[in-house]
Amino acid sequence: MTTVASTADGAGVPLSFRGPASLRIVAGFGFWLFLLSDIILFAALFAAYAVLSTETAGGPAGRDLFDLHRVFLETACLLLSSVTCGFGSLAIQEQSYGSTYLWLLVTLLLGLAFLIFEASEFAGFVAAGAGPSRSAFLSAFFTLVGTHGLHVALGLCWLLIMLLQLWTFGFDDKARRRLFCFGLFWHALDIVWVGVFTIVYLGART
Amino acid sequence: MFGKLTWAAIPIHQPIIMITAAVIGAVLIATAGLITRNRWWLPLWRKWITSVDHKRIGVMYMVLALIMLIRGFADALMMRTQLAFAAGGAAGYLPPEHYDQVFSAHGTIMIFFVAMPFIVGLMNFAVPLQLGIRDVAFPVLNSISFWLTASGVLLVNLSLVVGEFARTGWLAYPPLSETTYSPGVGVDYYLWSLQISGAGTLLSGINLTTTILKLRAPGMGYSRMPVFCWTALASNLLIVAAFPILTATFAMLLLDRYCGFHFFTTELGGNPMMYINLIWIWGHPEVYILILPAFGVFSEVVATFSGKPLFGYRSMVMATMAICVLSFTVWLHHFFTMGAGADVNGFFGIMTMIIAVPTGVKVFNWLFTLYGGRIRYTVPIYWTLGFMVTFLIGGMTGVLMAIPPADFVLHNSLFLIAHFHNTAIGGVIFGVMAGYSYWFPKAFGFRLNELLGKAVFWCWFFGFYLAFMPLYALGLMGATRRMQHYSNLNWQPLMHVAWIGAMLVFLGIILTGVQLYVSIKQRTRTADVTGDPWNGRTLEWSTPSPPPPWNFSILPHVEQSDAFWGTKQRIPALEGSRAQCHAAAAAPHYEPLHVPANTPIGILLAICAFAVGFSLIWHIFWLLTIGLLAAVAITLRQAWRRDELHVPVEQIVAFERSHARAGAET
Repeated sequence: MTTVASTADGAGVPLSFRGPASLRIVAGFGFWLFLLSDIILFAALFAAYAVLSTETAGGPAGRDLFDLHRVFLETACLLLSSVTCGFGSLAIQEQSYGSTYLWLLVTLLLGLAFLIFEASEFAGFVAAGAGPSRSAFLSAFFTLVGTHGLHVALGLCWLLIMLLQLWTFGFDDKARRRLFCFGLFWHALDIVWVGVFTIVYLGART
Repeated sequence: MFGKLTWAAIPIHQPIIMITAAVIGAVLIATAGLITRNRWWLPLWRKWITSVDHKRIGVMYMVLALIMLIRGFADALMMRTQLAFAAGGAAGYLPPEHYDQVFSAHGTIMIFFVAMPFIVGLMNFAVPLQLGIRDVAFPVLNSISFWLTASGVLLVNLSLVVGEFARTGWLAYPPLSETTYSPGVGVDYYLWSLQISGAGTLLSGINLTTTILKLRAPGMGYSRMPVFCWTALASNLLIVAAFPILTATFAMLLLDRYCGFHFFTTELGGNPMMYINLIWIWGHPEVYILILPAFGVFSEVVATFSGKPLFGYRSMVMATMAICVLSFTVWLHHFFTMGAGADVNGFFGIMTMIIAVPTGVKVFNWLFTLYGGRIRYTVPIYWTLGFMVTFLIGGMTGVLMAIPPADFVLHNSLFLIAHFHNTAIGGVIFGVMAGYSYWFPKAFGFRLNELLGKAVFWCWFFGFYLAFMPLYALGLMGATRRMQHYSNLNWQPLMHVAWIGAMLVFLGIILTGVQLYVSIKQRTRTADVTGDPWNGRTLEWSTPSPPPPWNFSILPHVEQSDAFWGTKQRIPALEGSRAQCHAAAAAPHYEPLHVPANTPIGILLAICAFAVGFSLIWHIFWLLTIGLLAAVAITLRQAWRRDELHVPVEQIVAFERSHARAGAET
């Protein structure tokens, strides 16, 4: 990577004429594009869910299965983890080790709690004979919600690795760029979850 | 131990496959022997396999595409030969189950492993040079993208000898592709190889989009970007927006096949038509992912060899971006016969006709660029002129089929086959061949043989018309696609003509190899010492051929569109000789550079991906575990790396001096 900002970026020069952007901006932008593509992947899964949500094939429908109290707690965990992740980002900006570790660890635990809620929900459905191969509706449900869960799980692995990197390298440029991207990722998962919560769980009540 | 894999998976009783495998094996052994004899393994590893240089990665993409072109074309020849014979009482030489694999492999390979790598390779090679920068945004990711594509290629080719390939057509429509009807490993080979290479393509799309939007030489605003970069931008935006849909769709089919889900099955509420909608929401943008960069190549070639700026630059950019957006609004025209009703069909029919308008704008722009120009008839301009005639016919038959009632008659007939080959060969293949001969001297420092290049063009040109014009007629006569045998003997003469056309194209492909060989032999005579063999207009011609690993010793400052042309005009005495240009310039001030160090992570991850794909196809779960763990370990190792390569000023100065000397000697 060579991004030598070798231009006089005076006020008169339009942004697009100023030459290569800095590495920080390039990395963040690239990761934004990745997130957009990831959201399109979810869009395809949402579309499949919308088509198949009424295809219960004589099996249970969403309103028979979903326990909104549990989903509320689950949602609270994830949304709260986004807030703590935001506090973590502020701590990273200030390069304060103590509060960075604290907030990122809280984020990790909240994410873990979310996953436990989701896993127990899935296990309950499967035990009740409402596994993914019961009907097209359940196939679409498990795939959409499970793909989000898989993203959360991978995000937690990433967060763990970043904590280790922080421990090895401190706040070096690379670690900070990656933590920035992690923050974007974590918030994007929230946005997807808002869609899941609204369309899948609340949608089943109508 | 080896899951479903047994010795029975190797088709020993099928002589065609065994002979092919023997030939491939012999070629591989001979190549390995040659490399060993010349002691090329280490340079190969150091300079190519582990390279993160966008130029070398671009070249490797194109080599991969050319090799796979031979494979995909062999399938085409087998089909044409079968159809030349299998009429009336004759059964031909390919049994139906083998023929079905051949046409599925042909389509899959030609789109995913010939057209895609060729286009991605051209963009990789040319875009950073045209933008006047030193590499793409994420060079290591670039290497990973390439090797993931290579991994997919390896899986597809392995299916020839170990197991079987899908018999479902190139898009594997369910319910045929579900386990009920395709219990074998063929569809799994198809799905996993495309998932792996698709991930590579997506990463490459993100990489190049970031490069174009965030890394341009100082002064290169959007309004000064070469048209090829604009088309590459549109194409990569489409990759970012469309490939995730392919990944999701294949993932759903995989869940159906592996875990008993019911997305596309015919029972428990599954909906096979949803697959066809989803796959074409990816599939139609894919058409434009391939053709837009080809349009970009033609734009560069037309301007360069007419000696004029491109006519209607702004309208060209607008047309490109319009196609980029509209390409997401036409997918349903691939299945008007689904029965979506007159309103839906009408909408998509009209949108399909509308998308032909910006394409028409482009054709007129190229024509007006040629008009009044002093055209130099080189090989790239041959391909461009051939394209303009051929693609126009293909586009018009497309508009014809955009009319839903007409499509009901022509759907799945050979007319459709003729139409999309007309655009795919006349557009994409002609485009990549133009790009290949146009940028070859930049990549290797010598030109390709012109006479043989023109021979290749004429073979493809007449070969294409002979092979596919009969298919239009046959389609109107009622011949359907994917047909292994026909009873109507009236069709046979036209099938014979098509076979002759295919042989002519075959000659063209052979001559491409001959051209490469002859050109390498003659390379001292056709050497390009100026870096500007065609009197070019854009920045890639302002740096030596082949460019140094850092592309530009000093980042160019762009003052206008056609940046290099402008520089040459301002200093008329230099007349394109960049070496003298440098000598004339006041002692340049070089700064040390940082370039990323080469890394084997790309090929190592590709080996892991291959192991994971192979083990999932054959249900070998210990190999799956090893593959995944190794991938994690390799990624972690990379995450803890912090090294960069520093290029000291002395090395840059030494490079520039040696090139200035070479230029002065001519």
